[in-house]
Amino acid sequence: MGAVWDVLTNEVTYSSAVRFAALLLFAASGEWVAERAGTLNISVEGMLLSGAFASAVSIDLVDSMWLALLIGALAGLLLSTVQANLSHRLPADQFVVGLTINILVLGLVGFLDDELDPSVSGAGVVSVPLLSDIPLIGPALFAQSWPLYLVYPLVPAMWWLVYRTRWGLEVRAAGEDPNSADVSGIRVNARRRQSIYLVGLTSGLGGAYFVLGAVGSFEDSIIGGRGFIAIAAVIFGGWTLKGSVAGCVLFGAVVSFRLSLPQQGYDALGTELLQALPYIVTIAGMAMFAHRIRPPAALAKPFLRGLK
Amino acid sequence: MTDIVAQPAENSPDEILAATRGRHLVIGEVVGLYVLSIAAALVLAGLLVAVTGGSAADVFNALLDGSVRNPGRWGLTLGAAAPLLLVALGTIVNSRAGLVNIGQEGQLLIGAAFATYVGVRLPGPGPIVVVALCGAGIVGGALWAGIAGGLRYWRGVPEVLSTLLMVIIAAQAVGYGLKNEGLLLSAAGNRANRNQVSEQLASDTRIPRLTWFGNEFPTTVFLAIALAALVAFALARTIPGFRLRMLGQNPRTAQRAGVGATRYGMGSMLISGGFAGLAGATMLAGGDFGNYQLVPGFSTNIGWTGLLVALVARERAVAAIAVAFTFAGLRTGSGFLAATGVERKITDVVQALLVLALLIPPAVLYIRERRRALNAAKERV
Repeated sequence: MGAVWDVLTNEVTYSSAVRFAALLLFAASGEWVAERAGTLNISVEGMLLSGAFASAVSIDLVDSMWLALLIGALAGLLLSTVQANLSHRLPADQFVVGLTINILVLGLVGFLDDELDPSVSGAGVVSVPLLSDIPLIGPALFAQSWPLYLVYPLVPAMWWLVYRTRWGLEVRAAGEDPNSADVSGIRVNARRRQSIYLVGLTSGLGGAYFVLGAVGSFEDSIIGGRGFIAIAAVIFGGWTLKGSVAGCVLFGAVVSFRLSLPQQGYDALGTELLQALPYIVTIAGMAMFAHRIRPPAALAKPFLRGLK
Repeated sequence: MTDIVAQPAENSPDEILAATRGRHLVIGEVVGLYVLSIAAALVLAGLLVAVTGGSAADVFNALLDGSVRNPGRWGLTLGAAAPLLLVALGTIVNSRAGLVNIGQEGQLLIGAAFATYVGVRLPGPGPIVVVALCGAGIVGGALWAGIAGGLRYWRGVPEVLSTLLMVIIAAQAVGYGLKNEGLLLSAAGNRANRNQVSEQLASDTRIPRLTWFGNEFPTTVFLAIALAALVAFALARTIPGFRLRMLGQNPRTAQRAGVGATRYGMGSMLISGGFAGLAGATMLAGGDFGNYQLVPGFSTNIGWTGLLVALVARERAVAAIAVAFTFAGLRTGSGFLAATGVERKITDVVQALLVLALLIPPAVLYIRERRRALNAAKERV
């Protein structure tokens, strides 16, 4: 238990947990909207990686942090147009498309990374006065590099978008009962495509943030399956925004916990277990609460008007 | 002319001519769409090579040299194609039943781990051990897929998610096994310090390899092809195969006809995982992947690629043979790319672009078909 105590009382643990949680949150907040619209796009992983790589290249070429973040978001958006139009304009299977996009991005980024080899300069740390003086969690939440702070307005913005706008209502209708939504004049597949564009933007931004604001360098294993953890967080959260945020924080903490143990001088005997933990927790959670947490009724079911 | 004779008498020759012309148009449309999309994918890949300063023609030649043209290369390609085909066959079985299993990579790895455990520990004559380790691989893969299937049918967990997440759990589980001598890790004397490798399979417990015209490949190639024929036959011509397809095409009809979704769905998941596990076992004992021993990351994307093979073959077992060979060729051919100065990862890009390109024509055709049917229905009203 000494190991756990040492890690829990160390500020570094919290800082790194917040950094990982922020990455997951960027992706999961968009993915949450898309899943509410009834599409499960597993290409989040690819979108994160493309955002990360595009921003790394951009910061290498033009020394502008804002531009790099923008380019990262646009790279994610570009990818999402492929996913959205293949699976929700043409009736190609969304999992097949998502999987192929992930493989494509991994190959493409690996290929281009060797050719271009971008050198990245990280963003500076900005401390929020007073708030960052809170012990333990203060520096973790409020003394980070500034791109991380973008996630704080992003999450409420997603909530507002989904629960307080007409668009959000239509998105939820598309995810719950596409046939009724269609009859009442909602363009179901258009809403789904738009929700995927949104995931592309937030995930691309998330990837860009991770390179510029958290890691400060680029390698093609930088995302390393964390897009899947973001999807897992949305499911773990029972398709609510609150739950998704909790999932991201929990899984972010698990990821950083695994990295902190060896740094504290403890030989991480359970590295594998900790690494697998987010996935095990998600599967176990789904198995236990499958009756209580209800996915959007039309999740991952393609919609074709007047068919079947 | 026999065609026209065979038609019912009330169809005038003009109508028949119009119908055949329509059919030719449709066939032309299908071929045109496929050619167009594949060409687009290849042009994109070519552009990518050109932009980074390579020559597309050189790359193409290198890929051909590395996969079939140079001495001994097509044997290697066959060796890589066999596990791809096995994985694809399993995927075909579960997709036909309407289930989405995307965890072959993990099922394959667990299969390989089970096979390693049995293969290095089981005493006895070589051939029996080989059979036993293949059986262990099947059990391991089926177990891993079976967990996802069980969660789907008894707890309502979508199998897409559980199979995907279990890929990562599998990698960690095998990583854990490769740290413990009681599980998979080789005895300290037989490996470099801190190397995470399993014991090597003894030379008499390996799958025999053949040499034809200077090309060496494991006999599992024949096994894979035979199984492809078996799967094609079973799905098309047997009662369980028919029930499986019914379940996939219309679960409600299947239920009315007394086809148990749990029984057949679960069965298809077990078969699917079993095929992936068998692929892992044959990779271990076949010799084309590593040195007859398990290492971290042993599966080297064969599971993912095998899944793509099944998708590109559009769930047809016989077509999967050709696709598996093509994708295996890209894999072995990439070894020759170093000479052209183009990074070998370009083959992953080409592969994914091809898959995306091949997704488009059937989708477009489907939409057009529906529009035509709709218009026809409107005309009648």
